[in-house]
Amino acid sequence: MHDMSAHAVQHGAPTSFIRKHVFSTDHKVIGKQYYALALLAALVGMALSWIMRIHLGWGNFAIPGLHLLSSTGAPGNVLTPEYYLQLMTMHGTIMVFFVLTTAPFAAFGNFFLPIQTGAEDMPFPHFNMMSFWVTFVGFLVLVASFFVGDGPTLGGWTQYAPLSAIGSVGGPGEGMGVILWATSIGIFCIGQLLGSLNFITTTLDMRCKGMSLMRLPLTAWAWFITSVMGLTAFAVLMPACILLILDHVAGTSFFVASNLVINDQVLPHSGGSTLLWQHLFWFFGHPEVYIAIVPGLGIVSHVLITNMRRPMLSHRVLIYSMAALAALSYMVYGHHMFVSGMNPVSSLVFSFPTLVITIPSTIVVLIWLGSLYGSKLRINSASLFALGFVSMFISGGVSGFFLAQPSIDIMLHATYFVVGHFHLVMGVAAMFGIFAGTYFWFPKMTGRMMNETLGKVHFIMSFIGAYCIFMPFHYLGIAGNVRRYQAFTDDYLIPLIPVHKFITIAALFTGFAQLIFVYNLIYSRFKGAPAPDNPWEGTSLEWSTATPPPHNNFGDKMPVVYHDPYQYSVEGASTDFVMQTSPEKLNNPKEEQ
Amino acid sequence: MVTTIHEPPTIELDRLPSHGSHNGGWRNLVPADGDLRRVKDHAPHPASTGIWVALASITMTFAAFTSALVVRQGGAQDWRHFTLPSVLYFNTLVIIASSITLEVARRRIAAFMGGAKSRAESPARWLYITLFLGLLFVAGQTYAWVQLKAQGFGLATNVSYSFFYVLTVAHALHLLGGLGGLVRVIGKLNHSVLRRTTLDATSRYWHFMGVLWVYLLFLLWMKL
Repeated sequence: MHDMSAHAVQHGAPTSFIRKHVFSTDHKVIGKQYYALALLAALVGMALSWIMRIHLGWGNFAIPGLHLLSSTGAPGNVLTPEYYLQLMTMHGTIMVFFVLTTAPFAAFGNFFLPIQTGAEDMPFPHFNMMSFWVTFVGFLVLVASFFVGDGPTLGGWTQYAPLSAIGSVGGPGEGMGVILWATSIGIFCIGQLLGSLNFITTTLDMRCKGMSLMRLPLTAWAWFITSVMGLTAFAVLMPACILLILDHVAGTSFFVASNLVINDQVLPHSGGSTLLWQHLFWFFGHPEVYIAIVPGLGIVSHVLITNMRRPMLSHRVLIYSMAALAALSYMVYGHHMFVSGMNPVSSLVFSFPTLVITIPSTIVVLIWLGSLYGSKLRINSASLFALGFVSMFISGGVSGFFLAQPSIDIMLHATYFVVGHFHLVMGVAAMFGIFAGTYFWFPKMTGRMMNETLGKVHFIMSFIGAYCIFMPFHYLGIAGNVRRYQAFTDDYLIPLIPVHKFITIAALFTGFAQLIFVYNLIYSRFKGAPAPDNPWEGTSLEWSTATPPPHNNFGDKMPVVYHDPYQYSVEGASTDFVMQTSPEKLNNPKEEQ
Repeated sequence: MVTTIHEPPTIELDRLPSHGSHNGGWRNLVPADGDLRRVKDHAPHPASTGIWVALASITMTFAAFTSALVVRQGGAQDWRHFTLPSVLYFNTLVIIASSITLEVARRRIAAFMGGAKSRAESPARWLYITLFLGLLFVAGQTYAWVQLKAQGFGLATNVSYSFFYVLTVAHALHLLGGLGGLVRVIGKLNHSVLRRTTLDATSRYWHFMGVLWVYLLFLLWMKL
């Protein structure tokens, strides 16, 4: 036996509280830690969005206690324009990095990838532990910027240069706030690189007997593909953050042009390229969109199949489509820069693959719809959120067709249309994927069932609420409502204020639904009904072990896999589901074997 | 809600794989007759795969730095060319030599593990030489930085110097990781717990550091 795997296989269950629950090398504990971090981050991000939405609807409304966050940013409990932008930046950063990347990929992937591959742990458990704690430190550094100097950065989650690189002369938070932002994200990148290393090696090398690549469930494939994207994308963002920090602390000129005058001051930089930051950022940034959504594609497929009681129309095509999305995601990043001053020919070059990427996306959707057609779907909270994901993914994806074309993007760029697009397709859809995964796997993770009634209420309110928030965004965008404005004083914007008020009410309503979810999560964790080993009658390996799984995942008996992952309703089988570990011989011509 | 409790399937003991041999292989299907003894373990070891994954990530990082350099230089009016410190060429020879000594060490240790102890009385000797050459390389790089700084060329003097420092320091930091790996290998060898895969993974990393340096030197020589 080799040393590293021996390490992974033979480490016994820890006994001390610190090693068991805090600095644990158990992938399941790390997965839960990631989930807890994502939940905390989501609550912070949601609270920020509430504050912003109230300000946009009723600009003079004093939010009690807001001055405690920043006496200068919210004097009299009303946001200043600058502080609005600072909160907006933090909302975007926290949500994209610490929720949408952390929950579907790092949290669920850590918990379930080794189990679904039939491994006892990841091959480098100490790296895995570091991965979480590094990410956690990254979050603390980011949150610290609320309380240091003049608050967090106001440059948006994309941190476009030169604003992000000129220092405190650029406004509140543009000095120490940006340094903390870039440090936080740089640290976050290290954490995700360590995680990706473990995910890839687990998938390739740690599979149990009989678990060929095509026998991996779609979730495992999604996490594997995402980890390949993460490995390459975060490795590019980290050097970009280093260069940004150097422009601040060392006086270099990577991103700041010559003779730039800000607030009557000539900046000492020379010759920097403002577009360089955009190139580096979006080379990471577009794959990041798919890092957020591809795990959702896997989770939703997994949940739907289990509840449809039949496999997808094509297992292989779904996998190839996810891989195609990942590959194409590197070729389309320039569509974020259509109006940046790039050569128009470049816009065309980036527009074409952007339209091509809709093909694998459409194939995935068609496979879902075709598979759902005529199925007797079991309706539960998980399957409802999976359906909701499909709906959001389609609705958000359709607006992408428009934005993919430079001629239309010139008009819609930097309007609420874009905000509506990415919130639906990347934000809400990914969140629905997280919810589907939570309701589906909570029993396995905690040993208790979640409350289904509360789950369904949560779904209905979230589904209606999300559409009420983000569909009007498209209308606002077409009407020319520019994003990142903290007040709407222009003549053409004043008639749109009632729409903003409606959106704010919808946001508060939808946010309230999330509090129901949090209540359900906490209540069920302690008081929920005990969960059986296989409550949904699933077939993949996580359902063939105890609930919750033992320290080494499978107890004394290592799993052996005999079947493809989704053997439902197979003719001649003794039950309507045949587990991957079942030695039962099947006469199923569709099996890979 | 469905509440069926599923019993895990019974697996016959003689069909159970040996505990811990968890390699599924690239396509490790159970034969039609179900005899698991015919299934071969042929998946690469995680450390072998892991090192390639890590190297891919490092490649992307330096590709990003390279593209930043090319883009930044492309439209720059302020780019100042300068002659690289000559010690860098000596350092290049040192790091190439360290790769050779490490390869000698790897082969001798392999022979040592294979039982041919007479061929290498002290298998760690060449590792110590490699370690020394690695430290010499870092010292040489430090000398180059000090030399440039003494001439008044700092990180912010011009963006060409900025790239010089960023690329060479980033490489040196990665190389320090390799030195840490070498120390770990020597420690394990001395305690007779060294695994072949650990040695091979460390070697690959070290050789990659050498190749990366040659590439960086070429890039800096071309662009600066």
